[in-house]
Amino acid sequence: MSVSVQEADFDAGAEIGALSAGRDDVGAVASFVGLVRADKADGETSAAAAVKAMTLEHYQGMTEKALEEIVVQAQARWELLGVRVIHRVGRLLPGDRIVFVAVASSHRGDAFAACEFIMDYLKTRAPFWKKEETLQGGRWVDARESDDAAAGRWSDSK
Amino acid sequence: MSVKILFFAGLREALGSGSETLDLPAGIATVGELRDFLAARGEPWSALATTKNLRVAVNQQMVGLDTPVKAGDEVAFFPPVTGG
Repeated sequence: MSVSVQEADFDAGAEIGALSAGRDDVGAVASFVGLVRADKADGETSAAAAVKAMTLEHYQGMTEKALEEIVVQAQARWELLGVRVIHRVGRLLPGDRIVFVAVASSHRGDAFAACEFIMDYLKTRAPFWKKEETLQGGRWVDARESDDAAAGRWSDSK
Repeated sequence: MSVKILFFAGLREALGSGSETLDLPAGIATVGELRDFLAARGEPWSALATTKNLRVAVNQQMVGLDTPVKAGDEVAFFPPVTGG
């Protein structure tokens, strides 16, 4: 298990390759990459409302612990052979990579499920906050109820 | 002994402060009571009472507002998280 919080970009292909390098028991690696969208706020239509950049703030110290706890929970639920989580902080532009999760397992079922679980929990439990920059000014992104719902479904069933 | 208090994101901006160290006032036993004490300072501190779904962490663990607070703790208040 490896968790990183960093300003630097990452190479998803290299990270995926590293999860199975030198071993012959990995049958599946599922991965997710999150990117910055040039979104507009709900109800906004003008080009000036589009996101020009985004700054990721985090709670240094707690962030790493929270991500590690999420991975430990995933390891308790599924048979995992390796997990890699990278979350970027600082100022990012549309199209930039924000987050990477990859899970190695013997079979695809556990890898897919654990990858999605880690992303759902990261969205609601890891202390990151996004502030968007538009030509109209800056605004903090509101938490989405759909993210709480996505994380909540894991408590009902495996 | 004192507590270290941290604020993040929109709450940090509203308060114009990212952190402070406070001698824990007598009678404050929980993080909810600490929140109420700070919010009672008036503007802009009332943002602590009006932030929707305010989250709190004690010693870097997310907890409920009824969690005990004691001298030496690190207490963080922040809006719901929006990473990923």
